Amino acid sequence: MILLTIDWAYTIEKMVLIAIVISASLLIAMYATYAERKIAGVMQDRRGPNRAGPFGILQPLADGIKLFFKEEIIPNNSNRWLFVLGPCLAMLTAMMTSAIIPWGSTIEIGGRTISLQIADINIGILYIFGVVSMGVYGIMIGGWASNNKFSLMAALRGASQAISYELAMGLSLIALLMLTGSLSLKTIVEQQINGHFWNIVYQPLGFLIFFVCALAECNRAPFDLPEAESELNMGYHQEYSSMKLGFYLFAEYINMFISCAVIATLFFGGYDMPFVDESQLSGVTALLTGLVALFGKTFILIFVFMWIRWTLPRFRYDQLMNLGWKGLIPLALLNMVITGAVVLFTMKTP
Amino acid sequence: MQALTQRAKPVDRRPMNWIEKIYLWNIFKGMLITFKHIFKKKVTIQYPEQKRPFSPVFRGLHILNRDEEGRERCTACGLCAVACPAEAITMEAAERLPNEENLYREEKYAARYEINMLRCIFCGLCEEACPKDAIYLSETFAPANYSRKSFIYSKNDLLIPDPKTQPEEFNIAKGLIEKKKISK
Ligand code: SF4
Ligand code: SF4
Repeated sequence: MILLTIDWAYTIEKMVLIAIVISASLLIAMYATYAERKIAGVMQDRRGPNRAGPFGILQPLADGIKLFFKEEIIPNNSNRWLFVLGPCLAMLTAMMTSAIIPWGSTIEIGGRTISLQIADINIGILYIFGVVSMGVYGIMIGGWASNNKFSLMAALRGASQAISYELAMGLSLIALLMLTGSLSLKTIVEQQINGHFWNIVYQPLGFLIFFVCALAECNRAPFDLPEAESELNMGYHQEYSSMKLGFYLFAEYINMFISCAVIATLFFGGYDMPFVDESQLSGVTALLTGLVALFGKTFILIFVFMWIRWTLPRFRYDQLMNLGWKGLIPLALLNMVITGAVVLFTMKTP
Repeated sequence: MQALTQRAKPVDRRPMNWIEKIYLWNIFKGMLITFKHIFKKKVTIQYPEQKRPFSPVFRGLHILNRDEEGRERCTACGLCAVACPAEAITMEAAERLPNEENLYREEKYAARYEINMLRCIFCGLCEEACPKDAIYLSETFAPANYSRKSFIYSKNDLLIPDPKTQPEEFNIAKGLIEKKKISK
């Protein structure tokens, strides 16, 4: 009697895909640190790292090795178990979001149609929100378990910031979802490919709100209050050393990569190459153009993230809360109401 | 009140208008500025390959001078060590033997002469104190090293090249000293 048939080929295919996506995001996060330092350098008329390897491209590797060989310190009066759990959670949640991003359309290998998305779940966006808000636990647990008032304060800041900005983010997405009528990222991308314009044309305000909130969710400057080097000296990861610190820093970069990929998917047509009709292309070319398009868009967005970081000073905490609650949430609500009205009167989507 | 320079600008204290209040436009302007800096000339000096030129009065690593015949000028009078505020100089004097006139200028010379570059503050007082024109601060600085011991420079490290065996190097070192004397 067979209770459950397991499609082995399917399982293996997904496993391979997961391995590829995870190693790709790790690699990209690694080089995002390098890119950040280079960009910071050139924007301040410096050169950035250029000693390790040609143009310093081995710098992330050197940093990684350094972090691995640093002494592992667990404070005496910290909660050991939670202290270790914090960075693991941060890393885990950062990696989990990559599961539902459609990295490309489908390819055919040996008669099987393989979708370049780990899981095309019909509640895609909700899943992202769920996982992203779990990322706060990484900060909270890490900061609390360190048993240090600065870490605790930073953790509180981080949690309240994430919660306030998630609201505005969610509201701005509702407007987008009214247009698309679907929560699945794949459907959203396909609509943008088949339709005339990318979603940013229909939802410029929504995009702006989403972008600002994404900055805040990734704890990036100008919203990097949980880390605030100057007033909380490194914030929630103050007590961390060695690779546990590395995990936190790495999680930040993976988060940034994933949120850029999500923004690219939601607002910039995902793997849709502009001015190219994908349906005309053959399998492999279509796949490659799709990948190039998605990664190109993602990298441009990552550059913008970094560009903003090296331009703007950090917000003060009350300014942050004011912007979130009095600025972005009413705007997002307004955007939602207007979109709703327009959709209702034109009946664009069923 | 008279302004001290022509560069003073009065602060604009008008209340913010609508565009300024939503910040976006100003953020955009700021981002343009940082973007322009990407293409600006880099100010970094790539140290081991490129070096910043020093002025002739720069006070760097010490050198012990020789006269034209290659004899050491230092007579181990100890004035430099007395003048030194950081107590970086130690020496041991010795008497010149009859057959050593070609090595040392005076009857007494420094058998051992050491400067601890980690103590030295490169103030140049030793240079000023020396009655024999024997010690100068050159235009280089002590290179980085792994051990503290290697920062104690002995007489061999400090002496300038001998004009008899290495005339060219001697002339270069001498030229630097002359330049320094002129610029004082
Ligand atoms: S430069 Fe100043 S500190 Fe250095 S050895 Fe000469 S007197 Fe001493
Ligand atoms: S360097 Fe000059 S001051 Fe110092 S011991 Fe020699 S002669 Fe005297």
